[in-house]
Amino acid sequence: MTNQSSGPLLSLKGLTKAYPGVVANDTVSFDIGEGEVHALLGENGAGKSTLVKMIYGLVKPDSGVMELRGTPYAPAEPRQARADGIAMVFQHFSLFDALNVAENIALGMENPPAMRDLAARIREVSETYGLPLDPYRTVGDLSAGERQRVEIIRCLLQDPKLLIMDEPTSVLTPQEVEILFQTLQKLRSEGTSILYISHKLEEIRTLCDHATILRLGKNVGECVPSETSARDMAEMMVGSALQTPERSGREFGDVAMDISGLSVPSPSAFGTALKNVHMTVRKGEILGIGGVAGNGQDELLGVLSGETLTEADAVKLHGQPIGKIGPTDRRAMGVLAAPEERLGHAAAPEMSLTENAMLTGSVRENLEKNGFLNWGAAQGFAEKIIEAFDVRTPGPENAARSLSGGNLQKFVIGREVLQNPDVLVVNQPTWGVDAAAAAAIRQSLLDLAAKGCAVICISQDLDELMEIADSFAALNEGRLSAPRPTQGLTVDEIGLMMGGAHGMEVAHV
Amino acid sequence: MIVLEKRPQPSRVWSLATPLVAVLATMIAGGMLFALLGKNPIEAISTIFWEPLFGEFAFYYRPQLLVKGAPLILIAIGLSLGFRAGIWNIGAEGQYIMGAICGAGAGLAFYPLDAFYIFPIMVIAGALGGWIWAMIPAFLKVKFGTNEILVSLMLVYVAEQMLASVSLGLLKNPEGFGFPGSRNLQSYDSAHNAELIAGTGMHWGVVAAFVAVIFAYVLLNRHMLGFHIRLTGEAPRAAKFAGVKPARLILFCLGMSGALAGLAGLFEVSGPAGQISIDFNVGYGFTAIIVAFLGRLHPVGILLAGLLMALTYIGGEIAQGSLGLPAAAIQVFQGMLLFFLLALDLLTNFRIAIRKSEVA
Repeated sequence: MTNQSSGPLLSLKGLTKAYPGVVANDTVSFDIGEGEVHALLGENGAGKSTLVKMIYGLVKPDSGVMELRGTPYAPAEPRQARADGIAMVFQHFSLFDALNVAENIALGMENPPAMRDLAARIREVSETYGLPLDPYRTVGDLSAGERQRVEIIRCLLQDPKLLIMDEPTSVLTPQEVEILFQTLQKLRSEGTSILYISHKLEEIRTLCDHATILRLGKNVGECVPSETSARDMAEMMVGSALQTPERSGREFGDVAMDISGLSVPSPSAFGTALKNVHMTVRKGEILGIGGVAGNGQDELLGVLSGETLTEADAVKLHGQPIGKIGPTDRRAMGVLAAPEERLGHAAAPEMSLTENAMLTGSVRENLEKNGFLNWGAAQGFAEKIIEAFDVRTPGPENAARSLSGGNLQKFVIGREVLQNPDVLVVNQPTWGVDAAAAAAIRQSLLDLAAKGCAVICISQDLDELMEIADSFAALNEGRLSAPRPTQGLTVDEIGLMMGGAHGMEVAHV
Repeated sequence: MIVLEKRPQPSRVWSLATPLVAVLATMIAGGMLFALLGKNPIEAISTIFWEPLFGEFAFYYRPQLLVKGAPLILIAIGLSLGFRAGIWNIGAEGQYIMGAICGAGAGLAFYPLDAFYIFPIMVIAGALGGWIWAMIPAFLKVKFGTNEILVSLMLVYVAEQMLASVSLGLLKNPEGFGFPGSRNLQSYDSAHNAELIAGTGMHWGVVAAFVAVIFAYVLLNRHMLGFHIRLTGEAPRAAKFAGVKPARLILFCLGMSGALAGLAGLFEVSGPAGQISIDFNVGYGFTAIIVAFLGRLHPVGILLAGLLMALTYIGGEIAQGSLGLPAAAIQVFQGMLLFFLLALDLLTNFRIAIRKSEVA
């Protein structure tokens, strides 16, 4: 630790911010020391984002004060925060695909230097911190990890005192995470403080010096992550004992779904083509498909759900070719799917939960007869989902968009699970869902498999896949690695299946 | 500071209240406009809204309400199905013309035969004419991805040329002393869409409009096809996930709106208008777009909006005649109605909140 000065770099005192109907932050206080990697830990909706937005000047606190090195600090806008030495790398990148790296960085600067000088500085910074990046490459061609490097370098060029990183590893492969951590450790050794936001406990344990845990907008505890077990931190985060999903010993049956030689051109300019995908899932088996987002996950789900039609033989259900059969008939045959994007794909935002229950349930739940809809039955089905999956909503007449992300996800997964599928395909089943709900969703997938359903779980969350999947394969640029049994797989092997570090190793050799 | 806050749920109260508030606001703003023109605003407004319904000559104007409202409603119902699904048929005027030409043509082909089946054949021919005209943009969109807005709109002008051509040629009245225009169907009993009850304005087109309202209501609320239409408009990706075939929906929505517009044209030519002539079309196809939105794309709303629109037309004509209001002022007045409705529509999904300005 390079804690030279006596006081903390930034101290937050009683920060409170309320939005209509919810208190996002309730008198949150903590200090970030000089040269410290400070973790901000909490579930989705715990108030992490609101808190960092206040620090970065995007949101004004209702009450409470901040002090930067002992002097009052109240940024009116991000520009002021940046001038005071605070930089932030957002979870979602704000880069222009059509511009090159240097142009993108120049756009975010107050007084950008000449392009040639800027490029030289980008090279210099990227070499110093082991983040190789060609300033003249077009951003559209970069991988997610490389885009993140653009954002980090953009911040480093300002010479920040405090670097805020919001869920930086969610888009990275394990090898890329390793490289990022080395960079962050180098920054720390130079005296830069880092506020690291995450809900991935193992990461925090390896990287961070201190952790502040938020729950429902309140600071519920602090700890030294390296001395606290992941389980203890998780329980502080959730506020109750965690239930780990149980997996019972399962026997696999016959092959339920068989994909062979599946190639599909990219549906849009920014999509990914699927290239010669092979896989089989047996009854009772959970096949986990990992990989960084944007490597063909959406496209694969589209092919399995029937939204994208293929050669008839490329997709087989119980030996029957179904590649040319659309979603409605596939549902009748027992193939159900839950897409990643809840609002707009899995559910219609402005429609009620009853209508959304009708959306996929009409065939298997007998909600229609000769094309005429039985709304009473649909409402009954919606109520059944709400009850079985503990969806928090006043009732099925509410619009889908009025639900929180986690609750809507429970509804979307529950809608498919309750229809007793033979094959269930889910994409990011627990994305943005709190830990308790995630555990419930995973348990429901395990229960479904125990009943003999073949489950294909596409997820970026490797811990999740290790927890529930029987076999694992990874998508990388539209190619699927050969599935392997999950047991005995090491993190390194998984990383390599996911496509290694996208050529990032060079940086630290 | 006044800010707009998105409501978690669309407000039911406001979705019902906005049309009424919009009408009220139009009366106030319109009254101010008429006052600036030097007319007595109260007299002008009451001439427009009161005179046609309860005035001295209401016995004449009330049937006109149905005569003018029916084609608007019939066309707007068809358009609303497509609009709900994000399929924009702007060319109902052309489909209306083609329906009239085909329907009248079918009837005149039998002239002077007297038979009960002539009028039903004309109805079918009218619907087919509009349907075919709408299937052109539908087919081009499905096959080549063309923009249905442009294609359907341009076909309006083609239809107008066809109308002029048949008025002067194919359908020209051989006993018309060389004047352009067809034989008058009002004097050809088998082809005449006469009033069902004399003096009420109630003709087959009015019946068709009511049937269309009920049909659309059932379709949208009780049938899978209507559910898919709404789903496609709300969330196209979710619709595809639910199994909607977009091409089929485009063909259905455009075809349906074309057929209904064609029917409206047929009922008009065989009834109130009587004959095919160069200036047969008076813009019902375009006004119906306003009616569809004024009725917030809801069948019952469209029924009321169609009648309201017809009322402002009739009332506007009276005001022009008796008060000397310029026609343009009436059009501005009708424009205000749409403007206020769309502006107030915001309140269905947003609420106005007053916040104290934050102190940094």
